[in-house]
Amino acid sequence: MSAPNPTAYRPSAGKRAGAWLANRFAIIAAVLVLFYLFLPVLYVFIFSFNNYRKSNIAWNPNGSPTLKHWMDPCGAPGVCESLVTSLQIGVIATLAAVVLGTLLAFALVRHQFRGRTASNVLVFVPMATPEIVLGASLLTIFVQGFSNVGLRLGFWTIVFAHIMFCISFVVVTVKARLQSLDPRLDEAAMDLYATPSNTFWKVTFPLVLPGIIGAAMLSFSLSFDDFIITSFVSGNETTFPKFVYVSYLRGIPAQANVIGFSMFAIALLLVIGGSIISGRRKA
Amino acid sequence: MSTLAHVGAGASGAPTSPSPEPAKKSRLAYLLLLPGAVWLLVFFVIPLVQLFTVSLQSQFPGYPGYYYRDVNVGNYWRAFTDFGPHFGRSLLFAGLATFFAFCLAYPLAYAMAFKAGKWRGVMMILVIAPFFTSFILRTVAWRQILADEGPVATTLNTLHLLPGGRITETWMAVVAGLTYNFLPFMVLPIYASLERADHRIIEAGGDLYANGFTTFRTVTLPMSMPGVLAGTLLTFIPAAGDYVNAELLGSDNTKMVGNVIESQFFRVLGGFPTAAALSFTLMAIILALVFVYVRKFGTEELL
Repeated sequence: MSAPNPTAYRPSAGKRAGAWLANRFAIIAAVLVLFYLFLPVLYVFIFSFNNYRKSNIAWNPNGSPTLKHWMDPCGAPGVCESLVTSLQIGVIATLAAVVLGTLLAFALVRHQFRGRTASNVLVFVPMATPEIVLGASLLTIFVQGFSNVGLRLGFWTIVFAHIMFCISFVVVTVKARLQSLDPRLDEAAMDLYATPSNTFWKVTFPLVLPGIIGAAMLSFSLSFDDFIITSFVSGNETTFPKFVYVSYLRGIPAQANVIGFSMFAIALLLVIGGSIISGRRKA
Repeated sequence: MSTLAHVGAGASGAPTSPSPEPAKKSRLAYLLLLPGAVWLLVFFVIPLVQLFTVSLQSQFPGYPGYYYRDVNVGNYWRAFTDFGPHFGRSLLFAGLATFFAFCLAYPLAYAMAFKAGKWRGVMMILVIAPFFTSFILRTVAWRQILADEGPVATTLNTLHLLPGGRITETWMAVVAGLTYNFLPFMVLPIYASLERADHRIIEAGGDLYANGFTTFRTVTLPMSMPGVLAGTLLTFIPAAGDYVNAELLGSDNTKMVGNVIESQFFRVLGGFPTAAALSFTLMAIILALVFVYVRKFGTEELL
């Protein structure tokens, strides 16, 4: 915007200056906040090149930067095992939560039934409960109740807990998508003599699919990064976040930085790649 | 999935309209509902009931770690008297973090909704992307950033702006960590509500000679209130129950209630009933706050 016209009357110039600032303020602030969000990621990246002696907390100028941690990402004992465990749990929990949550979302949006409000509350309250309370309650039931039926703390208790907290997020995501659909699309299909199952698979399901995919991505990232609930129900099983937390006192190996940053880079590439492809398809 | 195939059949309209074939439809609804609802009952409701019974258990005298069923209200009394300051800190730190997160999130969400244009999608991805680097790793990175020799502390110390001379192991580091970790939960709902808002109404404010700030205060902000409400809850609740930030960034004087619950469960023999009482109290406080908050601002967006 050009400089305020000197012949214009003052309040207008003041207003314009204010508007100019307000206009830029949001963008400048947004860039600063994004920088703030990425600053720790940058630190994780930089310290993956640190040639440290004992602990990877301070930068060691002797011999740094080094590529040795990137050449040997499984070099630290336990780090890759924990990553594999986290990926397995993430995939199983996501698949189960997406199926259960999508069915729930369909029931809640497309049907009237007794207990609908109660079901809504049942879905909402887990999200309004602090993770530590979820973890603590699951620990008490696994230790004092379900252990009688042969369920020991470990891989499967983590999976069951993750499915539980992912369901609510799947329901919310798929519900939002379902509610935004025009019901007349289904009616049109029926009017054109589509069978109910054809209507569902050819009309409803493809329209809901983006919501389901979004829910799956959300579930996977929630499960993959969960620490608090996992730490309560994991027993001796170690997931990637738990590995990092447990090794904090002894010093986190730089291999964890390599893996943490790689997951970030892979996810970013996948999401950007996916949105470019879907953007092209639309065009 | 075959039951799903019939959903399209009866899907004839808005959820509020009465259904044409109630009996058949509601049987299908219960079939859809059952698996997920059972899962939530078994792994959410029953564990909560169990947590409540544990919170009232007593210990066998002389057998630490062995409990019997009881109605020992003393556990709750002890939770409050011994760990009152921890509750206070949890609520205070979470409140501060929620306030700071709001201050940071609003301009970002505003810029995404109104200024970003075709960069909207990219910015959205950028807000979520840090999640994929483990949140523990990022919190440890904050410890490095805020460390005594780190850039932030040295700058503030040169300017004599830091009273105690350091940030890590103080409440400031814990609040900074909480603000950082839950910021995306504040940004996304505010962005969603601003994006849904009708931009023409905001332009109308300008057309009616309201200045930028008046338009913002009387039009934009009220329209984004559902998002602000959801964002505050999504930030405050996990922050109040967090113990990782206090553990990694704070000291013994900044421990929150989550730290106590965690150590009573895992490091104190016979700590189960106290830990359960603390957990249950935390949940009750938060649900009460949510209830008051939602009553005041409306529930439409939440359920």
